[in-house]
Amino acid sequence: MAEQDWKTSKRTFAAVSLPTLFWVVVFFLVPMAIVWLYSFGENRGLTDIEFSGTLENYKRATEWLYLTIFGKSFAVAALVTLICLIIGFPVAMAITFASEKWRPWLLLGIMLPFWTNLLIRTYALMMLLGTQGFANKGMGALWEGTSWIKTLVGLQPLPTWEPVQLLFNNFAVVFGLVYVHLPFMVLPLYAALDRLDRSLIEASLDLGAGHFRTIMRIVVPLAAPGIIAGVMITLIPALGAYLTPDLMGGTDSQMIANVIERQFKKANDWPFGAALSFLLIYAMFILIALQSMRKKVPEVR
Amino acid sequence: MTETAKPIIQIQNVSKRFGKVTAVDNVSLDINAGEFFVLLGPSGCGKTTLLRMIAGFELPTEGRILIDGQDMAGIPPNKRPVNMVFQSYAVFPHMSVADNVAYGLKIAGVKGGEIRDRVAEALDLVKLGGFGERMPDQMSGGQRQRVALARSLVMRPKVLLLDEPLSALDAKLRAQMQFELSELQEKVGITFVTVTHDQDEALSMACRIGVINKGEVAQLATPSDLYEYPANRFVADFVGSVNIFEGKLTLDDPDKAAVDCPGLGKVYLNHGVTGPHGADVWIALRPEKIYLHVPGEGKAVKAAAQDAPDGYNFARGKIKGMSYLGDITLFEIELESGTRIRVSRPNLSRHDQEDFTWDDKVSMHWRADSPVVLLG
Repeated sequence: MAEQDWKTSKRTFAAVSLPTLFWVVVFFLVPMAIVWLYSFGENRGLTDIEFSGTLENYKRATEWLYLTIFGKSFAVAALVTLICLIIGFPVAMAITFASEKWRPWLLLGIMLPFWTNLLIRTYALMMLLGTQGFANKGMGALWEGTSWIKTLVGLQPLPTWEPVQLLFNNFAVVFGLVYVHLPFMVLPLYAALDRLDRSLIEASLDLGAGHFRTIMRIVVPLAAPGIIAGVMITLIPALGAYLTPDLMGGTDSQMIANVIERQFKKANDWPFGAALSFLLIYAMFILIALQSMRKKVPEVR
Repeated sequence: MTETAKPIIQIQNVSKRFGKVTAVDNVSLDINAGEFFVLLGPSGCGKTTLLRMIAGFELPTEGRILIDGQDMAGIPPNKRPVNMVFQSYAVFPHMSVADNVAYGLKIAGVKGGEIRDRVAEALDLVKLGGFGERMPDQMSGGQRQRVALARSLVMRPKVLLLDEPLSALDAKLRAQMQFELSELQEKVGITFVTVTHDQDEALSMACRIGVINKGEVAQLATPSDLYEYPANRFVADFVGSVNIFEGKLTLDDPDKAAVDCPGLGKVYLNHGVTGPHGADVWIALRPEKIYLHVPGEGKAVKAAAQDAPDGYNFARGKIKGMSYLGDITLFEIELESGTRIRVSRPNLSRHDQEDFTWDDKVSMHWRADSPVVLLG
């Protein structure tokens, strides 16, 4: 009864929703609108911006140089999403089919990184990948071990170990982004797989399908909503990634967010930065629109 | 039953333990080719576990299962010559009805033309001809179950396993499907093994019933034997409604016996029991086997029955409860000993229920071959 009241009484509804509405308008919509207006403005002096309605910023933002950076950002984000999906799907399946006793601990393991600051995690990863990091040290030890065995059996030793450059390149950016975004992929996949009626899988096995075919024909199509949610929730932040390419990337691995940052800070060209930002936002809108247009998978209860 | 009782499924000393819980405890039973076999038992008795072990979804902790003479140890579900209809039907929601039915055939590598013919044939068999293009979410629960049936039958399995096939349907549809399943089984000639907790379902459909209690086979019998000759108190009580009285065997001749029940008095039987004299036994008496006299009618009946060759048993009591169910009326009668007995009476005329009311003193009788003597 009381639950119905606030839904039917407009005044109560307004009173309850007003603070949130106020927050969204004042701290989100208005600032975004200002940035959007900046994108049609021109720099006058150091701090003043004139809203002249020019399209010059957008013209510059669609120049070849920036389009390639956009394209590269998309490619990196798509690659990161794909790797997350390939790694995340089996992980989500493993958690779904783990025993009741293990499942909460496995989920905790997935969520644990959320409780650590991104900057600290990134630096930790850099220590791992550096030329003096564990990865290189481990590979070096293996290399020297192999060399030692070869001399032992009377063969030529291997040449001296040269540390591999694992950091400050595109590989490091992709690696770092996968590392950061994997939980975002696993959780929606897990949610979708957990809801899946187990007897559908058993029915497929019962009808003669092997495990691989059951996964491809039954599990993947029925987990499609979770896969799409996971892809969107990974792709969008990966596209706007800033910290990881900044810290782990090399000179050629900057992504669009790094370019935008530079416009706002070093170049002090807010109108151009705003135009680049809004191009990115438009692209994301299109992605979200495409997702909501897809055919809904019918659910049978 | 079929002329040759050839076992298609042999369950030999099978046990299944989940941790410390024993779900199935040393069960041995044979299921014959072509029969409609029902595993009946209360929930949690291990009947579904037994079915899932036949399908291959659970592995026996001990013992072995043979299907058509072949040991199933190490053979995964997708390689077994059985198919299962799941309790939730498990119809693939993202495939049309025809694609659901064709799923197993495609995997088996059957050619396209043959798939079409066999799918159409299977859908006709379950009366879903012309529904092939529908999606499962456009169908009712009963129709989805038919899809699940067609999807399994199209594979022409040696055995069809059905896990509580009717539990999700409403009462009317359930009664109809009971007939249809029996009819279908006769038509296709495939062995059906069904799990249910519903005794009506079991009695109406089965050739033979295996009653399972606490992971063990309590009795294996035809429906009428199970009802009329229950082997123990659990079966007597679980299948149908029954009055059970504890007593001692006081007379045990080849052609007659008597049991002295503190609750009911002396009960005469027109056959021997072959139990030790003085042994503790139980008398099971079905409510419909007791004839309740209209008040005043009892004396005349008793006088007439004195001369009857097989003899009758009599009892007296007071009506303490009545529930009118339309076709029958159920009475709860307090006997002179204070114990209560349940009696059902068919309403042969429209005025029958008017003859009785609460606290009426009534008498009743039953034939000397009606009570069942249970030793355990």
